[in-house]
Amino acid sequence: MTENTQIPSGDNRLLAEAHSERKITRLERFLGPENYRILKGLFKTPASVIGFMLILIFILIAIFAPIIAPPINSDAFKIPRDGFSGQPQPMGSPWEKNVPEIPFWYKPLTGNDEWVHLLGTAQGQYDIFYGIIWGTRTAFKTGFIVVIATVLIGVVVGSVSAYYGGIVDNIIMRVVDIFMTLPYILMALIFASVLTPILGRSLLPPLIAMITFGWMGYSRIIRSDILSIKERDFVLAARVSGLNNSRILFKHILPNAIFPTLVLASLGIGDVVLGFAALSFLGIGTQVGYADWGQILSFSRNWITSLQNYWYIVVWPGLTLVLFVMGWNLIGDAMRDVLDPRMRGKS
Amino acid sequence: MLNYILRRLLLVPVLLFGVTLIIFGMLQFLSPVERSALYVKDFPKNDRQIQGIITKYGLDKPFFDQYWRWLVGVNDPVTGEPEGGILRGDFGYSRTASQDVIDIIKTRFPNTLDLALWTVFPMLSVGIWLGVKAAVNQNKFIDQAARMFSILGTSFPTFVFGLLVLMIFYANLHWFLPGKMSDWVSILIYSGEFKQYTKLLTIDALLNGRLDVFWDALRHMILPIITLSYISWATFVRVMRSSMLETLRMDYVTTARAKGLKERTVINKHARPNAMLPIITMSGMSIVSLLGGVVITETVFNYPGIGKAAADAASQLDVVTTLGLAIFTGLILILSNLVVDVVYAFVDPRVRLS
Repeated sequence: MTENTQIPSGDNRLLAEAHSERKITRLERFLGPENYRILKGLFKTPASVIGFMLILIFILIAIFAPIIAPPINSDAFKIPRDGFSGQPQPMGSPWEKNVPEIPFWYKPLTGNDEWVHLLGTAQGQYDIFYGIIWGTRTAFKTGFIVVIATVLIGVVVGSVSAYYGGIVDNIIMRVVDIFMTLPYILMALIFASVLTPILGRSLLPPLIAMITFGWMGYSRIIRSDILSIKERDFVLAARVSGLNNSRILFKHILPNAIFPTLVLASLGIGDVVLGFAALSFLGIGTQVGYADWGQILSFSRNWITSLQNYWYIVVWPGLTLVLFVMGWNLIGDAMRDVLDPRMRGKS
Repeated sequence: MLNYILRRLLLVPVLLFGVTLIIFGMLQFLSPVERSALYVKDFPKNDRQIQGIITKYGLDKPFFDQYWRWLVGVNDPVTGEPEGGILRGDFGYSRTASQDVIDIIKTRFPNTLDLALWTVFPMLSVGIWLGVKAAVNQNKFIDQAARMFSILGTSFPTFVFGLLVLMIFYANLHWFLPGKMSDWVSILIYSGEFKQYTKLLTIDALLNGRLDVFWDALRHMILPIITLSYISWATFVRVMRSSMLETLRMDYVTTARAKGLKERTVINKHARPNAMLPIITMSGMSIVSLLGGVVITETVFNYPGIGKAAADAASQLDVVTTLGLAIFTGLILILSNLVVDVVYAFVDPRVRLS
């Protein structure tokens, strides 16, 4: 009996590891060793921890938006206006018309009784602070919708392509090639401008446009992951036991292949928000005055020659957008190291 | 290798067909009246005119009939002369810019090309240089700095970076200017004394021997060049670094070192050329992102290129114009990707010798 459990002589690290009695947590058992390693790697470097903290702050801002910047319009996403004058007001200028109720944190923090434009106003007296705070909700909303939709399309297309192989695979991959040839922002811009007269100015046209031209990357990733899993024994076993194709694909292969795609996709939110902001910067998308970062930035376009005075229209929403995207990118950078195939099997 | 290039060439018609199909598919979202801008200048005034145009240009015919007509045009039934068809260069009429789309392309594209040409050099050289530096000093300060630099670069939206650069160097310091050229240059060009050989302002300035014009053009272009290349540096640095790291671990590099070659020679002569292979593929992709990126960059800097034309038309919902410009951009991209892939075949010994 003792003979069997003894580690064979020689420097066999793998066997030694197999025999060592490492404690396996419930989470690790649930995710499987490979996925657990990926998850653990995400929290290893200081950069990715900073990334998680940035995202956490933005999540908190989004949740507590009504407390941080109380709305006065019935549609809270409409930025409240202090009059209609074209001239932007500097930071800290008093709020005269349409004053919202003052949130409880304001007085103890600033010692001021009057509600002011904390970060100034853009042309048309849109409050920049309000736009940034509520724009966080817009950012998460657009990010989640586009990522979920593109992943769904990408996963279905990629897995069908990989599983059936042959001519199906060939045709689907050529379609992916065609979509990849087109520059993303330009096509999204055009499709959104095609859809705007039909759907009206709202979130929908840019969202649909970004989904239409954004799914290809995921289909390629899931395809290559499935191709490697397809050859494993358990798939053969499922096939031998007479299951039909779609059941094998969706019940047996996909759950084993999808984790890296899901992680990468969740990090795609940063890119989506960036693209959405770019579209609204170019004047496609929501109504004027909707709380969204790209639009506040686009207000600065008319003041390029005097940006030394109106710098706050660029700097604050720009900084917000950069920090948001950087949060996701910092996590993504750690992710790329963890998901690198050469790192597989190392802790 | 011939096999590879042939296969790659066969892909071109597929891509062309697909790209034109997608773009024509988008045109179908428009009503026939709006689509008439593909063929006629003026917006039809009354119902009879509308009906006439729809029948004449077959705007109510089945999808593929219309697609074919749009793609290759038809021969005029009366005169027998060919007319229309994007393959003949007829991209429709821009009702917001009041000129043919092909004319917009003719005047605007040289400007975009000018900008792109001047961007390629700093983009590639700095990206490769920094990537090599980071790989050689792996995990040291310069590596971490390069990593931070590239994360910042990917996090900066083009327009935020552009606006910040404008704020600092134009509004505050007055060093560089937005737009394309100063007034005196446009007067000079208008006067006819300045010969336009290539339509690329910087090249023309050199050919005319006018260094002052050249300097003026560069002064207007430097901010967009910095913006466009900063966004791409990030990815180039990352790719170059990981490729270089991989190459440095190879046996032949150890051999070169064992032969007693100087470390600089090992890196510059032996390792770097091989590590640069992925950069070639990358530059294909970066042409795509460059041409996509100019939409925003040109808008921010008010640079009259094809991207700004597209953005202007799109914000006025002039779909026929934007799609015409998109078709043109698509053609350019298909061709440049082909060139990149063929070059890759010649450079990579693994493809060349197979």
